[in-house]
Amino acid sequence: MSDHHDKLYSTKLQDKTERSTLLLFVLTAIAVAIGGIVEIVPLFYLPNTAMCQNDPTCNNTQHKDLQGNVIPMDKIIWNPDTSAHKTLADWQPGDGVRPYTALETAGRAVFIREGCFLCHSQMIRPFRDEKDRYGHYSIAEESMYDHTYQWGSKRTGPDLARVGGKYSDEWHRRHLRYPRDVVSESVMPNYFWLEQKPVNVERTVQTLKVMTMMPFNPVPKNIYTDEYIAGAVDELEGKSDLDALITYLQGLGNHVKFEEGVNYRD
Amino acid sequence: MEAKQATAVKYDMEVVRWFTIAAAIYAVVGTLIGVYIASELAWPFLNFDIAEITFGRLRPLHTNAVIFAFGGSVLFATGFYIVQRTGATRLWSNGLAWAIFWGWNLIIVSAVITLPLGLSQGKEYAELPWWVDIAIAVVWLMYGFNYIMTIGIRKTSHIYVSNWFTMGMIIMITYLHVVNSLAIPVDWATSYSIFSGVQDAMVQWWWGHNAVGFYLTAGFLGIMYYFVPKQAQRPVFSYRLSVLHFWALTFGYVWLGAHHLQYTALPDWTGSLGAAISLAMIIPSWGGAMNGMMTLSGAWDKLRTDYVLRFLVVSLAFYAMSTFEGPVMSIKTVNALSHYTDWTVGHVHSGALGWMAMVSFGAMYHMIKKLWGVEKMYSESLVNVHFWLATIGTVVYVVAMWVSGIMQGLMWRDYDEYGTLTYTFVESVSAMHPYYAMRAIGGAIFNLGAWICLYNVVMTVRTASAARSANAVPSNA
Repeated sequence: MSDHHDKLYSTKLQDKTERSTLLLFVLTAIAVAIGGIVEIVPLFYLPNTAMCQNDPTCNNTQHKDLQGNVIPMDKIIWNPDTSAHKTLADWQPGDGVRPYTALETAGRAVFIREGCFLCHSQMIRPFRDEKDRYGHYSIAEESMYDHTYQWGSKRTGPDLARVGGKYSDEWHRRHLRYPRDVVSESVMPNYFWLEQKPVNVERTVQTLKVMTMMPFNPVPKNIYTDEYIAGAVDELEGKSDLDALITYLQGLGNHVKFEEGVNYRD
Repeated sequence: MEAKQATAVKYDMEVVRWFTIAAAIYAVVGTLIGVYIASELAWPFLNFDIAEITFGRLRPLHTNAVIFAFGGSVLFATGFYIVQRTGATRLWSNGLAWAIFWGWNLIIVSAVITLPLGLSQGKEYAELPWWVDIAIAVVWLMYGFNYIMTIGIRKTSHIYVSNWFTMGMIIMITYLHVVNSLAIPVDWATSYSIFSGVQDAMVQWWWGHNAVGFYLTAGFLGIMYYFVPKQAQRPVFSYRLSVLHFWALTFGYVWLGAHHLQYTALPDWTGSLGAAISLAMIIPSWGGAMNGMMTLSGAWDKLRTDYVLRFLVVSLAFYAMSTFEGPVMSIKTVNALSHYTDWTVGHVHSGALGWMAMVSFGAMYHMIKKLWGVEKMYSESLVNVHFWLATIGTVVYVVAMWVSGIMQGLMWRDYDEYGTLTYTFVESVSAMHPYYAMRAIGGAIFNLGAWICLYNVVMTVRTASAARSANAVPSNA
């Protein structure tokens, strides 16, 4: 190459590009940007991506029942204004997707801190075996409040997207403390020491506040009300990391009441 | 490739030497942690009920150590080496290069402290706390600036192909790291991504796959395009193929992240698009691998005696294998089986051990001889031993994960004659035990090779330094 600087080996544009630092920089910067823009940006405005912001119709998300009628969005995402249950404390499974309670928020922080997502997914795929093993496939709305999604990429242990209510609190307590006491083949570390760690109250309260400030899918202020955040301290006081983690796990996957035969994927 | 006046140019190579030594050390550390966590999965008592060394906390340390500590040191060393030599110029700023060295190592130290303490943002390969993310961005931009300015002051007319790939990596990693790390801090230790659910998943895998595609592939292709021709002492097989390779890879790789999210709550089109482009990527990837391999045409006999060349050629074989396997795994029907299993882990390691680490070792051995001005390594036969340990270790690891991954996938979806699931989940866990043990052994073999490499590097440097000071004594006497 260095011997024949004047000879053209490819196209004129290529030749010009590799003689100019600036041109190479600009063209490369454009080439690497396109794919990400095409794949990411539409997820912020297309239907069925659970990008709700302050839009009660939630991005025109339309799941239809068997008669072809649109299922109202507040059947899928809990809306305290239209629901019979007005507060987080009153919320019942099946009322629709809700943000985490204070104690669940603390438990979720433990889940992330201990790297649980490295072995446990929270994303059930629409296959027969996954339905039989874990339950209904996951839908976008169910993780809309998950700042830092926890879908995972590996199942060294089972999926946890619908683990809520599957086992008793006591089972979880025994299993988390010494997994092999309950499931002898398990390869999970012992987490008995979580019991000795009190929940980080200050950090959890601050986390609730941060969740209302998110630029995308913040928790609405009519759910994390000032009173709720102020009262969170009482919910957290005296609780251990293990209590919080169990509460988080027991709340996973029971938010939406899925109708038989409805396709929630289009 | 290199300008004729190269002999007259003084290069800034001290910082390259330090990065090279750091790479040899981090290769040992990163794979050692890998062996340990692999052993924890085979023999869980190894967690020893110590929070800081549980699998969940050490696994991010392993990935960060091999990607950022080992991979990063190799990239900085080779990048600064190549950009000077192909441009026949010194670095734009030697001082900035040193700031990058210390800054990067400070980041690694903070990772070693924070990750075992459980400071994690919960995103794979982007676990580090928010203030470390800022430090990474700053040091990375310093690197990008110094690198591109050095290209700018080159004495040669054309920019050599290695530098295209490195520039692509610098730009793309800047985009990825900045966007994926956008988060609101709760306090000094904790922060949460501004994205949630579907959007966060797509951003994360846009980052996750392109950390592989650009940091671990484009950057290392830059290494390949310089060191393979140099070691083989032949020009790159096809210049036009390298042009195709570069533009197809920079444009195409970016799209692949979506294939990690097949059948999830992400809209179907996104995963399908990712898979379609993934399949198309076989063409530039194999074009590039062939380009590297064919550079040896007419010089294949060198493989018998040149151990460094062996590293480089086998790395290209693994590159070709991984870039075929990846697109196959992105096909929806295959992905339905392979996703969530050890097959993915095996695929990553055939790339990370077989391609990235092997090409790095080849480049490191080549550079060390030049940097310390010696004809041979301290022991050439130890280079050969390292080559075989690395190759065998990688193969054992990857085969173990193929078997366990496919077995997991088949067990999970198996139904008996009554139409119920044949296996409980935990039966699949206990069936993995022999393969997890085999994986740990494969990793340990690879790690042993890294120790031998470090020993060989240290002895070479010591011998070279001793020879230099011995020569210096008489002239002073």
